[in-house]
Amino acid sequence: MADDRILCLEKLRVETIAGRVLVDDVDVELKRGEILGLIGESGAGKSTIGLASMAYARAGMRITGGTITLAGTELRASTALYRRHTRGKSIAYIAQSAAASFNPGMTLMDQVCEAPVVHGVMGRAEAEVYAKKLFRTLQLPNPDTIGDRYPHQVSGGQLQRVMAAMAMSCRPDVIVLDEPTTALDVTTQIEVLALLRDLIAEFGTAGLYITHDLAVVAQIAHRIMVLRHGKTIECGDTVQILEHPRTDYCRALVNERRDAEHLTLSVPDRAAPPILRVRDVTAGYGTAAAARNAVAVVKNASFDLAKGETLAIVGESGSGKSTMARIVTGLLPRWSGDIELAGKSLPPALGRRPNDILRRLQMVHQMPDTALNPRQTLAQIIGRPVALFFGRGRAEVRARVLELLRLVGLPEEFADRKPGQLSGGQKQRVCIARALAAEPEVIICDEPTSALDPLVAEEVLKLLKGLQDRLGLAYVFITHDLGTVRRIAHRTAVMLKGEIIAQGPTEQIFSPPYHPYTEKLILSVPEMHTTWLDEILQKRGGAAGLVAGAAERPAEVTPAARAAAADAGAVAETERMAAREVLGEGRGAAGLEALQTEVRNLKGMMEI
Amino acid sequence: MILSRIGLGLLTLLVVSIVIFVLTQILPGDTATSVLGQNATPETLAAFRHELGLDRPAALRYLAWLGGVLHGDFGVALTNKQDIVEVLGPRFRNTLFLAGYAALMALPLAVGFGILAAIREGRLTDRLANIVALLAISMPEFFVGYLLILNLSVNHEWFPSLATVGTDTPFGERVWAVTLPAVTLTFLVTAHMLRMTRNSVLSTMSTAYVEMAFLKGLSRARVVTRHALPNAASPVISVIALNLAYLVVGVVVVENVFTYPGVGQYMIDAVSKRDVPVIEACGIVFAGVFITLNTFADVMAIVLNPRLRHPR
Amino acid sequence: MTIFGHKAPLTAVVGLAIILLNLLVALAGPYLAPYGETQVVGGGWDPASAAAWFGTDQIGRDMFTRLVYGARMTIGIAFVTTILSFAIGITLGLVAAVAGRWVDALISRAVDVVLSIPLLIWALMILNVLGQSLFSLVFTIGCLDSTRVFRLARALGLNLVSLDFVEVARMRGEGLWWVISREILPNAAAPLMSEFGLRFCFNFLFIAALSFLGLGVPLPYADWGGMVKDNVGGISFGLPAALYPAAAIALLTVGINLVVDWFLSIDARPSGAQAEM
Repeated sequence: MADDRILCLEKLRVETIAGRVLVDDVDVELKRGEILGLIGESGAGKSTIGLASMAYARAGMRITGGTITLAGTELRASTALYRRHTRGKSIAYIAQSAAASFNPGMTLMDQVCEAPVVHGVMGRAEAEVYAKKLFRTLQLPNPDTIGDRYPHQVSGGQLQRVMAAMAMSCRPDVIVLDEPTTALDVTTQIEVLALLRDLIAEFGTAGLYITHDLAVVAQIAHRIMVLRHGKTIECGDTVQILEHPRTDYCRALVNERRDAEHLTLSVPDRAAPPILRVRDVTAGYGTAAAARNAVAVVKNASFDLAKGETLAIVGESGSGKSTMARIVTGLLPRWSGDIELAGKSLPPALGRRPNDILRRLQMVHQMPDTALNPRQTLAQIIGRPVALFFGRGRAEVRARVLELLRLVGLPEEFADRKPGQLSGGQKQRVCIARALAAEPEVIICDEPTSALDPLVAEEVLKLLKGLQDRLGLAYVFITHDLGTVRRIAHRTAVMLKGEIIAQGPTEQIFSPPYHPYTEKLILSVPEMHTTWLDEILQKRGGAAGLVAGAAERPAEVTPAARAAAADAGAVAETERMAAREVLGEGRGAAGLEALQTEVRNLKGMMEI
Repeated sequence: MILSRIGLGLLTLLVVSIVIFVLTQILPGDTATSVLGQNATPETLAAFRHELGLDRPAALRYLAWLGGVLHGDFGVALTNKQDIVEVLGPRFRNTLFLAGYAALMALPLAVGFGILAAIREGRLTDRLANIVALLAISMPEFFVGYLLILNLSVNHEWFPSLATVGTDTPFGERVWAVTLPAVTLTFLVTAHMLRMTRNSVLSTMSTAYVEMAFLKGLSRARVVTRHALPNAASPVISVIALNLAYLVVGVVVVENVFTYPGVGQYMIDAVSKRDVPVIEACGIVFAGVFITLNTFADVMAIVLNPRLRHPR
Repeated sequence: MTIFGHKAPLTAVVGLAIILLNLLVALAGPYLAPYGETQVVGGGWDPASAAAWFGTDQIGRDMFTRLVYGARMTIGIAFVTTILSFAIGITLGLVAAVAGRWVDALISRAVDVVLSIPLLIWALMILNVLGQSLFSLVFTIGCLDSTRVFRLARALGLNLVSLDFVEVARMRGEGLWWVISREILPNAAAPLMSEFGLRFCFNFLFIAALSFLGLGVPLPYADWGGMVKDNVGGISFGLPAALYPAAAIALLTVGINLVVDWFLSIDARPSGAQAEM
């Protein structure tokens, strides 16, 4: 029997130069035409394995053990030249961020044709014809001319498809897909996912599909391998993993994801009066005076929030949901409309709000890494609001800090630690404790769980829910994840392009009759059974129509960017948003570190 | 975009010229008293002021001065009544000659070794280049200059110790005479340029698209020449422009070490003699060169940025 | 060798040793110097001997003694200048970053104008107005150099202001002073420290160059730049007297640069050029 294994990793071990083990004793087998899903939380080593299957290790990492056999040849033992020739030709790579993975100074066609020409697979003219064919297969708009464009001239979803074409340009045996849809909006995600699946099936290519989303991988993979801390936890057929996971960890992962598909809360009796009322609020970047040329990011938004209730604001990136949070907190003064807290109107600007209002309205940020000052101990971080708002003595503050730590489920001895010594989930708990320290009535949660791994996020959600029951807090919960909404929100408001297009009890929003956009959103979230993608495509009248719709969608300039162009003062704001987006994609998690690098570069340029 | 950058450059130059004028003409107090001395009679002072036009309002004097500068008329030196342009012209050419000579040596050295160091990051070549550059940055110009003079022209008479050139010095002899000061300048500027070139190439080497290029199986040479360098070009060019500008300033000290008849020496001379019109003239000339080069760098950065070249 | 909990390469150890040596000489100057600052001990440009380790200068003063006294003056002035430059630069920079847009625009444009031409040219023109004195020297260079500190501090401030924890402090109603001193400065300390080293080097060389040009530290103080100028005449006779103070300047700058370079490289990550292929 001929060996039909195309890629085989045995006892793979990858370490950092400093000696920390990233991937430990992992075996991967991939048959021709098979797709294996690699799944795990951040730091599980899945991307490292993906790159290692190309015998490539990023700077600072080394492959220190094991074998990598591609099409019968062991790569680690072969020459560097041989390895180089397999890359791009026999095994290709699709990266998470298409925008960053294309050279901004070369046309798309030049970049797509580079590999086949360099590897001698095709001549340039042939390669171009073939690339156009691929563009057509991938349903890119204007397949004959899109190659003449530069990366910044096409949208993210299109760029991701061009990258798929680039990977396929040599008809490789294996393709490594590293979170290819994670950076995309949910509605774009299924289109790209469907195309990738069809493309791989059509070419009979084998694939390593790396993702953190169990439901996504369920749609595309034949087998799934679950990783944690660089080790294999479980590996089996997709159906088996989804239906009968063998290990506790897998079971927890699957259950967490399944819970997200069901509603758990219903609206309490409407006896409670609204604590927060938002009426016809409009705002954008730039001052109200300059509003004529600036673009409003949030338009005429109104909602009520009752005591002890959670209102979820959902929308895709750019829908204005995070801006909504900034308007309510006063970081971004509103242009018009009114916001009332417990019956009293709030001044638009932060600086004019009295201390009492600042205290009663707290916020929990998306990135716990940047929300905590790395130079302060937890006692200082949590104690400051206590001292500031209640003016208590040292001992009292300390006692309160310990009480708050217990409240959010952290051990008391953490009080003297600094944020750098904590995990992401623990940091988010500290952020919650800091918000609670002010004894607020309303907490604005700006995607507090989206930077966390699923199981950790679930814990944080449970904590928030528990605190709400005990303390009668009201939450405005901003998120893009419908699973989170189902679990925490009593009421839901859906935002699209700065407007609230639907709101009501979560039950009602999630059951027919839907608003068309809400329906699209709901249908775009992958579900935990293998046939979901096919069903959804069928429901939408086939892949072709669906994708064409997306392709025609123009690449939008974000309102913030446009405002920045008109108004120099908003530039910092825009950069902040952009930075947050980058962070949201899970790349530069350590914002401060990136900042220091940037400062170093900056300084290099000012040397003289 | 480009035009507005050039406009900004001109505006900066204008503002700088105002500041220079205020600094040299208005703040120091009464030029007439300082030239004629304390015991001059009020009548002679008044006559002198009138002769120099000092009795007119400052704004008018500035406009007159600016008009002169635009016509290439910098007035006359206070100390020897020479027409400044006649002295400044040949000296400016000398300074440009020296700076150009140094740039000719420094550019290929710095860019070449900078790229090499970036590609071989962390290895011997890189560390060596780094340390040598660090040493070079730390040396004062006069230390390098005198070291060269002591070794190459006093102990071995290979080069002249004084770079004295006239307007009629033949080209070959001129090159030979200016070699030591040019080497001194090269030494300093190369170090800066090398480090900055290395850093900007390194930062492009860390991008996702360079990794993608490697994962497409391209050779290192191709990745560097096709993917990394074109995108590092714009920072490298601004580095170069910045350093060329620095060259023009570095000449001030080097010209004094080698008593080379350039603008720098002229300016130092004028400062020690408090010859205000000459200081002004030299200041505006240096400012002009510096701002021009900086503007050029920014314009190049705009031209080389594909996002601006190919808008949506 | 480990310094401040980080492994230091040989170059950094050497640099640190050089800095310590210079500090020692500057602080203990009068106790180390064998002769008085202006005491004439021999003829002009005597060669090195047991009595005068580096020979004598142009009018017969002991070169070693002059170098020791020069260390005080040269290092001291550069240090005071850098402190001044930082005080002005950081205050203005952080204020520009935290205060409103108009303040920021005003200060930034002014700094742009100053930085649009070389500082040496400004220094020459300002010193022409102020005349030559220690005070005017420190004042001029401190103010001019603060423009660069300003840019760094502003950039740092702007970046840190947009970090979430600063936002949280603002939402808590903290005052400007708290935000700067508790939230921003502790996080900006490391880059500012390295910057201090670099700016000190720059000012040190700048003042030395001005002294060499005859516009820096006024007579009769011994300072290294001025000593170079005084002894230049010997060069054409093959006498290295002028090179000693020049070498002393170079040595200290090299030392500081070595340490700063190490400091900056501590948390620098390797770039993509080092990936395993």
